[in-house]
Parts: sequence; C-alpha cells; structure tokens
Amino acid sequence: MKQLLVFIKKEFYHVFRDRRTLLIMFGLPIVQIILFGFALSSEVKNIHLVIADYSKDVKSQKLINKIMTSEYLLVEQVNLNYQEIEQEFKRGEVKGALIIPVNFSSDLLHSGKSQIQVITDGSDPNISKTITNYLTAIIVDFQQQEALSDQVPALLSIQPEVRMLFNEEGNGSLNFIPGVMALILMIICTALTSVSVVKEKEMGTMEVLLVSPFKPVFVLIAKAIPYLLLSLANFTLILLLAVFVLDVEVRGSLLLLYLESTLFIITCLSLGLLISNVTNSQQTALLISLMGMMLPTLIFTGFIMPLENMPKIFQVISNFIPSRWYYLAVKSVMLKGLGFSYVWKETLVLTGMTVGLLSIALKKFKVRL
Amino acid sequence: MDQEKVIICKNLTKRFGDFTAVNEISFDITKGEIFGFLGANGAGKTTAMRILCGLSFPTSGEATVAGYDVYKQQEQIKKNIGYMSQKFSLYENLTILENIEFFGGVYGLERKEIKRRTEKLIDTLGLQKEAKKMVGELPLGWKQKLAFSVAIFHQPKIVFLDEPTGGVDPVTRRQFWDMIYEAAASGITIFVTTHYMDEAEYCNRISVMVDGKVEALDSPRNLKEKHQVTTMDEVFYLLARGAKRSDN
Repeated sequence: MKQLLVFIKKEFYHVFRDRRTLLIMFGLPIVQIILFGFALSSEVKNIHLVIADYSKDVKSQKLINKIMTSEYLLVEQVNLNYQEIEQEFKRGEVKGALIIPVNFSSDLLHSGKSQIQVITDGSDPNISKTITNYLTAIIVDFQQQEALSDQVPALLSIQPEVRMLFNEEGNGSLNFIPGVMALILMIICTALTSVSVVKEKEMGTMEVLLVSPFKPVFVLIAKAIPYLLLSLANFTLILLLAVFVLDVEVRGSLLLLYLESTLFIITCLSLGLLISNVTNSQQTALLISLMGMMLPTLIFTGFIMPLENMPKIFQVISNFIPSRWYYLAVKSVMLKGLGFSYVWKETLVLTGMTVGLLSIALKKFKVRL
Repeated sequence: MDQEKVIICKNLTKRFGDFTAVNEISFDITKGEIFGFLGANGAGKTTAMRILCGLSFPTSGEATVAGYDVYKQQEQIKKNIGYMSQKFSLYENLTILENIEFFGGVYGLERKEIKRRTEKLIDTLGLQKEAKKMVGELPLGWKQKLAFSVAIFHQPKIVFLDEPTGGVDPVTRRQFWDMIYEAAASGITIFVTTHYMDEAEYCNRISVMVDGKVEALDSPRNLKEKHQVTTMDEVFYLLARGAKRSDN
C-alpha cells in the first residue's frame, strides 16, 4: 500500500511537470465549453430579414412591430420590389423576407382570411426552417391577440401550447454539456493514460518496475489512480463552467452524477490501459486514442448529430461506444433530474464494458524485459 | 570470500514451441563474484536472465536465485535482486532525490532508511549540488552511475546488469567498473552482460553462450590459456563464430 502511494506521488510529479499535459488537461475543457457554448450554438440569432409592407396600415404595422421585438430576427424594413428582394437573397446577407400584400388588412377584416408570403434562403435549410418557425409562431400569436382585441375571428380555435420539457427557456447549452463531458473525459482519460504507460516502456523504466517486487497489476492501478483523480477534478471544472458560465442547472443528485462519471472515467482508463498494452510507442498510443476515440465519440454519442437519424447500422455501432451510454446517463441525471432507477441500464452497460476492457487489458499486460 | 552460492542453475531450459532458447545451462555463482554473461545477439542471454530475474518460468531444469526457487518464489527473488539495463532507467523529469525516493519506496524501504541512505549516496557520488536537479539535465555518464547506485540502493544480494555501459565513454566506463568492484567487495554479486570484451576481462568468471548453450565457463585467464589466444576478443570469436542462430 505504501509502495502504491509512492508510485502515485511519482505520477503526480510527472503530470505537474509536463506543461503540455497540464494544458491539454485543463485547457481542453475550457476551450470546448467556450466553443460549444458560444461559437457552435445551434440556436440561430440575429437573422437578417426584410419586410415588404404593401399594406401600410395599422394592422400590418402592428405585426411588423411584433416581429421587430424578436431577438432572433434582425428586421430591415425596406420596401423592396420582387426583383430587389431577389437581389438581396443573391447577395446573401438577407436570409428571409416577409411580404405583406396590399389587401392584407381588408381581407382580414372582411373575410377573416388573409395571406402573407414568407420567402427564405433555402440554400441554408437549417436557417430556413428556423425563420419559418419563428415567423409562424409570431403570426399565430398575432392572430390570437387580434382575435381578442377586435372582432376578427380567430382562425385557430385550438392553441398549441408548446413546452420544452426539462429546458423551458430553450437554453441551447443544455444538450451539449453532457456531450462535452463525455468527449473530454474520453480524450483525457484514454489518451493520457495510454501515453503515460507507453512512456515507461519507451524510457526503459517499465523493465525496472517489472523486475522490482512491485506487482505488475499494481503498476496499472498506480497509473490509473492519478488520472482518475485528475479526471474527477476536470469533471468538476466542466461542471462549474457549465453552471456558472452557461447557466445550466444541475437538477438531479450531484452524488449520482459523480458516481456515473467515476464509472465512465474508469471505463476510459481501462481503454487507455488496453491501448497502452498493445502499443509500443507514444505516437501510436496517442494516435489510436485520439483518432480512434474522438471521432466515434463525436459521431456516435448523439450530442452533435441525433442518433435517431442515422442508418440502422450506425445506430447498432453506437451501442458499443461507451460515451453514448454515459451521455444518456448524464442527460437523465443532470438535465432531467432523474434518479438511479432511470439510469440503471446505462450504469450496467458501462460496468460491463469496464469489466470487459479491464480484463483484456490485464491479460495483454506483458511482463517482459 | 565465503563460498556461499547465490545463483545455482542446473540444466535450465526454456522452450518456445519448437525453439529452444535456453538449452540445459548449468552454472553456480558465488557470493560477491562478478559474473560475465556473454553471448552473441540471439544466443539466449536475455531469456536466461529473465528466468533468473523472476520474470518467466523455465520449461525444465532447476535454478535458485538468492536461495529462492525460480518456479515458486519469484516474489522473493524480486525482493533480493537489483536490475539495470542499457536503456537508461531513471525518470528524467524527476530530481535525483525523487528518483531515489521512488525506487527506494518501490522496494518497500522505510522513509527514514531511505533518507539515511540517500544522504550517504549523494555524499559518495559528490552530487550535493545536483541533488535537486532533474535527472534529464545530467550527462549520460552520470545518469548511468546514478542508475547503478539506485539499482543497488535496496542492498540486493545480486544485481543484474544488462549491457550497462552501452553508449558510455571509456573514462566513465572505467569509473563505472570501479563502482562495480566496490559493490562486489561489499558482498553484492554482479551478473553482467556486455558486448565489450575489455569489460569481460574485468570479470572474475565468464560464461559464453552460443545457440542457447553455455559453451565456455571459466576465468578470463583460463579461457585465454585454454584457447591459446591473448585476448578475450579472440576467445569470444572462436566460440561464437560457430553459432547458427543470430539476431532474429
């Protein structure tokens, strides 16, 4: 036990003296959080929109005012004709146009029906859809108000009342926080652990350790424990960034969140140890753990691209990616505030993977000079 | 010198499938002896050394190291031996003191004892100024000497040196051998492999392995007389040229 402590102390020396490792360890989460939180936001804000108001009366003005208060749309109210609107689209600045016809108000008043044209830049389908959704929502809202204040009959007697469960404010950060957690823990645990073991092989110190009375299995444990602790510190950092910088609320039990994370970290460490046992150079280890782990984690975890949209075969493959299960567990616990009874399946899968990976790693651990 | 045998090998054999890496080798090594273990690459030296270090099991034959059986008491063997290889084996980004502390700790020495021995060692090596420097900053010769000191830090009965002076300049090599003599005089048995024949001359006794067998085993002087040559170089050449195996 004392030998183990000596070893762990040594590992900490290694980590804290290696600036590059430290930078990767604690710089990565910060960069990722900022990137995903601010730069790669999936919600679209400040879309340029032009409005051509041919009606020019109180009603149309009311509608336009309503649209202008939206923080998502940047309205440039210019009265352009069709050709000019087309030119604007071609120049690319403007992503959407709303055209209110001359007889908008009178039609509405007399027949209770009126048409409005929404044109969007279809070359960017995501933004197109977003604009359509925003405008539709605003117009429906407008109708309701008008129906109350005037005698205009409400077209829709059924009002859809939309709620985004677990994320009422529509905070876009929510979804990717568990994803970033999975990604970072995966990269750091797997890559750093594998490199640190292979380094000993390259330096020749592994031989000395194997010849010493220190049990080979203890070498693996001693390597894993510092990274487990560092990863937990890292996880805490991500959590703090999420809560204080991105206003994400932790709904579920913090303890359960930490337990799930510890389990996932152990899974990753096992993977790292396995990689280090089958490779002999730091480069190979790093390449396998970065390329081999990062891409699958990004794709198959489901936080960037929804898994449901993938071909069946990819969905099957995703079951073998540990981060996918961790992501689900974190989402349930952190965002939905669910208890263990809802994440037992994920926990079981991760435990199974860990046991599997660890036993292969131990088996592959060669005791040789 | 008492005649206590610290390594005894009897018909030690190791096979990998059809390949016999070590073929019925037998020798005894006395306490405090400097035993040169020579052989061309691929002759089976490393395999034999692995068995004696408690890292692999022989296929047949018997061997005891420091009185412990290589089949049953590997753990005990490991506690009683030191090891140093050609590949430099200290941590470059730890200081000299931290390295000593670490390896002392791995061998289960008490903290107080580590401190006491460290002070003595630093004194002997004259490294007071460098003690808190990173090992990576030391010249190679110093590193090798330090590595040797660390290998015998826990006062093992036997120390295995696997080509310890590879890539070291002649002056440092000479100093290194002075350290080996000192260790041997204090009762530590030295088991050393080398490709430098001048170093072979420094050994008390030498074994030359060819194709998994021990072809010759005697003092350098007797070997030279027996083959009627003047240098160990020639002895080695005469014995090893018949080898069928080479580096694979």
